[in-house]
Amino acid sequence: METVTITMKNPPGLFLEADNVSPDTFAGKKAADIAALHAFEGREQTSLGKYFEVSGNGGATAADTRIVVKGDVSRVKYIGMKMTAGEVVIENSPDMYTGAWMQGGKLLVKGSTNAFTGIGMKGGELVIEGDTGNYLGAAYRGDWRGMQGGIIRVRGNAGSDTGYFMNGGTIIVEGNTDVHVGTHMEGGTIIIKGNVPSKVGGQMVEGTIYVFGTIDVMMPGFKFVKDEEMEVDGYKGLFSLFHGDLGERHPKRKGQVVYGKLYQKI
Amino acid sequence: MTKTVTDVICPFCGTLCDDLEVVVSDDGKTIVDVYNACAIGAEKFMHSQARDRVKRPRMQQPDGTYKEVSYDEAVEYTAQMLANAKKPLMYGWSSTSCEAQSVGHEIAEKVGAIVDNTATVCHGTTLIAVQDVGIPSCTLGEIKNRADRIIFWGCNPAHAHPRHQSRYSIFPRGFFTNKGHKNRKVVVVDPRRTDTAKMADYHFQIEQGRDYELLSAFRVAVRGEWLPDTVAGISKERIYEAAEMLKSGRFGIIFFGMGVTQSLSKNHNIDEAIMLTKDLNDYTKFSIMAMRGHYNVTGSGQVMGWQFGFPYATDLSRGFARYNPGETTSNDLLVRGEVDAVFVLGSDPGAHFPISSVKKISQLPSVCVDPHITPTSEVSKLHVPVAFVGVEVGGNCYRMDNVPIDARKVVDPPEGMLTDEEFLTRVNKRLEQLVAVT
Ligand code: SF4
Repeated sequence: METVTITMKNPPGLFLEADNVSPDTFAGKKAADIAALHAFEGREQTSLGKYFEVSGNGGATAADTRIVVKGDVSRVKYIGMKMTAGEVVIENSPDMYTGAWMQGGKLLVKGSTNAFTGIGMKGGELVIEGDTGNYLGAAYRGDWRGMQGGIIRVRGNAGSDTGYFMNGGTIIVEGNTDVHVGTHMEGGTIIIKGNVPSKVGGQMVEGTIYVFGTIDVMMPGFKFVKDEEMEVDGYKGLFSLFHGDLGERHPKRKGQVVYGKLYQKI
Repeated sequence: MTKTVTDVICPFCGTLCDDLEVVVSDDGKTIVDVYNACAIGAEKFMHSQARDRVKRPRMQQPDGTYKEVSYDEAVEYTAQMLANAKKPLMYGWSSTSCEAQSVGHEIAEKVGAIVDNTATVCHGTTLIAVQDVGIPSCTLGEIKNRADRIIFWGCNPAHAHPRHQSRYSIFPRGFFTNKGHKNRKVVVVDPRRTDTAKMADYHFQIEQGRDYELLSAFRVAVRGEWLPDTVAGISKERIYEAAEMLKSGRFGIIFFGMGVTQSLSKNHNIDEAIMLTKDLNDYTKFSIMAMRGHYNVTGSGQVMGWQFGFPYATDLSRGFARYNPGETTSNDLLVRGEVDAVFVLGSDPGAHFPISSVKKISQLPSVCVDPHITPTSEVSKLHVPVAFVGVEVGGNCYRMDNVPIDARKVVDPPEGMLTDEEFLTRVNKRLEQLVAVT
């Protein structure tokens, strides 16, 4: 595996749209070609080389390419967008849309990310060691397909609207989240190890949400069913199962109505 | 002698009343009186007559004083500012005509701007919900003639849209509602006992920030499913009873305002309210409508919608239209430092935006086009006064129910003053030369 290191030397005055920072575009390119790849600051088309120092060459394919992003990237958007394979390591905290529409490979952020992390994600593994903002693994505006596959793990806290319109894959937040978890959820799994204030599973059709901590206000459309012994992300114990959202439509399978499942740790 | 202009449109709120009568002096220069308008509407007309009105563009000087400049200089400054910026914000558009909006959008496309209107701090969340789940709506005329179940959720038209209730929603006698308010059951959902709530048959004094839960509970009740004993401070008995009352109507309507669009859950509240409306259509006819504020904010959404595909917060910086509230909305852009110039027309963000955003406007190259002196004109580098749309110049406007109505001109603007559209057209012409060069 070849490693390309890009180091921020000349941060943008506004914000940089760097959707080319992905193993897919870096693959097969020499350092100089990578520096010449385009990026946008406002309406100005510039090049990655204007902002980053690039060292190392891309591998033959995306899967053979590893990118290490160094320096202050707090004003850089879209790192790892649509990547299908390979690896990206971001040593600090990038701005919005990190790993958006990601399809494969591994993306590790050692700092925190801003909103819209992993939106519309289809596959791969996305790990955030710090916190993240709103709309983690959610759908892009107007899309009814949020996260569809892959796994996101956030070691810190997340904002609101985690897993909005989610219909596949797994999101694990080890800390707390803000309101609205799994709103309009149609599938997939969300695990919150900390607390959620309210609006958990609103308008949920299908899928599973686990909450280890507290829920201050439960949605009215969630009805207690039973207590169940479960194993969830390495923890084994008793959970209360609620079915919902009773105000929402639900499909029938084999003559049975299928509900969204909300498990709360006892 | 005076003369009376009839069927005048009121360019103030989204109710866009079209039955005003304005008495003007014989020479057609001054407004003497306004009939049929509510107090705020009448004030809009009288305000154009203020003697201390600013009639020429003003440039703010380093010491905070103003220097009068010509319209030519103002056009030059504006065009240069927009041409030199990497990502200018063009905000406002809700208090001007669709014609002016359209010229503004041409400019925005040339300079790769972000165009955003007042929905960004108002009903933008409604527009997100509409994009997510659609909207079953109708016209105000249908409501007047048919509706017998009226819900006001998080809005207080008694103060914000004063003639809404007498013209359309509570009192008018319509074709199938010939007993006026006696035909109608009125529900108000509001944590406060507002003047609108005092007129209601049912007032749900909801706990603040629990609209999403209560809307959800109504959906559960409409389906006849299980509910906890209380939701949002309302007992389940009252929720089931209200659900039956709504189902038993012939035609229902939910009006909603900023009490739900800008409180906790925002777009999700509206999403849930639209889905409740959809559910109720399994039993009777039900509609839902946003109580739009500025008289032509709806028009701005319409024009932006048919030109770029999005109703607000449209980012044209990369030459194609993108839209993502949370990123491309004015306050996010300003606070995060994503834009490098600000152009405001037809709104007053200086009065409505958080102070952190207003500070940013004051630090950037900025132009404010507004007939009045406003907090925005005070923080902007250049203030361009213009004629009042709907008073001194006509133009197309959209009522809150998306019905287009042509506003009428009643008096002439002061000698030599430009209209929004004229000013924008001149900036656009100048930009044709500037942007072609760069
Ligand atoms: S209700 Fe609105 S449109 Fe009608 S007169 Fe009053 S301010 Fe004008």
